[in-house]
Amino acid sequence: MNFEEHVAKAEFAAAGIPVPEGRVVTTPAEAEAAARALGPVAVKAQAPAGKRGKAGAIALAESPAEAAAAARRILGMTLGAHRIKRLLVEKRIAIARELYAAVLNDPASQGPLVLFSTLGGMDIEEAAARDPQSVRRHPVDILAGFAAKDAETMLGGLDLGPAQALLADLLVRLYAFYRARDAELVEINPLALTRSGTLVALDGKLALDDGALARQESLAKQGLAEPLTGLEARGRAAGLRFIELDGDIGILANGAGLTMTTMDAVRHYGGRPANFLEIGGDAYTRAKPALELVLANPNVRSLVVNFCGAFARTDVMAEGVVTAWEELRPKIPVFFSIHGTGEEEAVRLVKGRLGVEPFDSMDDAVEGAVRAAR
Amino acid sequence: MIVRRIHRVLVQGITGRQGTFWTEKMIECGTRVVGGVNPKKAGETHLGLPVFASAVEAAKAVGFDVVVQFVPPLGARAAALDAIDAGARLLVMLTEHIPVQDVMYFLAAARNSGTAVVGPNTAGLVTPGECFVGIMPGFNRNVFRPGRVGVISRSGSLGTLVCLDLTRAGLGQSAFIGVGGDAIVGTTSRDALEIFARDPGTDAVVLVGEIGGAAEETAAEYAATMTKPVVAFIAGRAAPVGKRMGHAGAIVLGARGTYDSKRHALEQAGVEVLDLPSGLAPALTKALARAARANPQSARQSKSG
Repeated sequence: MNFEEHVAKAEFAAAGIPVPEGRVVTTPAEAEAAARALGPVAVKAQAPAGKRGKAGAIALAESPAEAAAAARRILGMTLGAHRIKRLLVEKRIAIARELYAAVLNDPASQGPLVLFSTLGGMDIEEAAARDPQSVRRHPVDILAGFAAKDAETMLGGLDLGPAQALLADLLVRLYAFYRARDAELVEINPLALTRSGTLVALDGKLALDDGALARQESLAKQGLAEPLTGLEARGRAAGLRFIELDGDIGILANGAGLTMTTMDAVRHYGGRPANFLEIGGDAYTRAKPALELVLANPNVRSLVVNFCGAFARTDVMAEGVVTAWEELRPKIPVFFSIHGTGEEEAVRLVKGRLGVEPFDSMDDAVEGAVRAAR
Repeated sequence: MIVRRIHRVLVQGITGRQGTFWTEKMIECGTRVVGGVNPKKAGETHLGLPVFASAVEAAKAVGFDVVVQFVPPLGARAAALDAIDAGARLLVMLTEHIPVQDVMYFLAAARNSGTAVVGPNTAGLVTPGECFVGIMPGFNRNVFRPGRVGVISRSGSLGTLVCLDLTRAGLGQSAFIGVGGDAIVGTTSRDALEIFARDPGTDAVVLVGEIGGAAEETAAEYAATMTKPVVAFIAGRAAPVGKRMGHAGAIVLGARGTYDSKRHALEQAGVEVLDLPSGLAPALTKALARAARANPQSARQSKSG
């Protein structure tokens, strides 16, 4: 789950990481009032997408009138699929140097990774490419944690002067925040070293582990909703993992791997998948609402049902599909491939109640569906 | 490790609906289940097996080698640490959606104690003709037959399809290792390749990967050092960029985790990558024949009986 900058910054501030003084506004008049209180400001679109600067969604304003004009221009802009509704108006900082700091989940080391770079304002990969010496990576032993001495070791030799102790303290706080909030990524880029020698997080990125939403409720409430289509939202509400695609062949399969493979097979035989929808895990008992979802897409011209039962019982899934089919009576052809746990009963159900003979292989079922959609 | 019939298995969460169903299936299949854990039902018996308050308590009363978990996501870390404290040699983590930092925590604890971890979000392990641990149809003779092909898969359902295809083609399996669909897992695809490379009962390996992460690229580096043939299929070629395809780990982010990168890395390592799973069995049959011609002394019967 992702967050807008102002939410990340409020969280940072609470964790003892300094951020610029600022206000969230939704109208030009509010932006003007904020600038009157704060002096010269940055007016920043609140959006999940990066590269706001390049898109013209961040403006500097010297006066309240300029802030109002910038707000008028940026409000209502679209960034990616996101329409800008909120702005963060922030007091400007006198920057001496731009740095980079982050903590993230690292699959390679199977643990947390603390990142620091003396080249702020660019991607960490970009910084590493430009000057490998500028980037420090510190894999953390999660059992031991990340203390000031680890931070000092990590920053050693970077010639940061009196800022080094402050930076070490900030990295320790950032790591503690990452742990406390179940973040999968927390990133400050740029991290400003001010002319007065303090550190301030000029930007803030926070991504929360979706598996931890249940124990991060207060934070999760402030998260950005994923941009979903109508059908995707319906799937989400029903506890189904549904992704709408632009093709015309409906897919219903169990398990993420098998569902992706069914899509691959559709593409391989020259067709275009209309959706990703898997009823793996406990969702195998929800085949009926799942099929209703696939068929609610008016573009679907034929359907592949591909079950390979392990944990998921194919007889239970087939019962759901057959029941939904009998109720909806769709006018499209359906192609089954059914194997694994509960196979005999599932095949009997499909033959008996739908009068359809399942195919012996996934390839044959998919090929049939592709041909039928032409 | 490859689970054997001699390995003693403890089931955490044995009394729940899924725990009960799959423990019965495991026992039917020949798995040596010696007990279960449920703190609220300690001292009772379930399916004729003793139930303990913790794995540590169970270790005092009955010995075990393997712990398998049917525990909800937010309870998984504590249960895993209990199993590690109890001295489990292997911990099989079936649960999906465990918070990632919890996973990193018990994986670190497991490394320190020498406990191997399979998963999380795995369908488990099958050794056809001997036993299985997890939620795979290890009992289904249409799917699994004893043989000499090792199968590694991030996905349980796709792994099942692949084993079914192999069995139909007369290629039995030495073992199935489900590595799990999460981005961070204990036993990686690379580790599983190493297990099969060292297993005298395995002549060739099928690697079933997915888009997302770098598990296949890392596995490719190891595959390049192997003498046994490896063939592969990678799911998700048709998946859109930036969408999580069911599994937490199955997501292409920009240029990272792409199908092309994985396929290229594996092909560079001498691994044949097939467009569809149905191509795996024929490719394997040819690869085994080539290996037998190249090394007639050590060639063994690879067909299942």
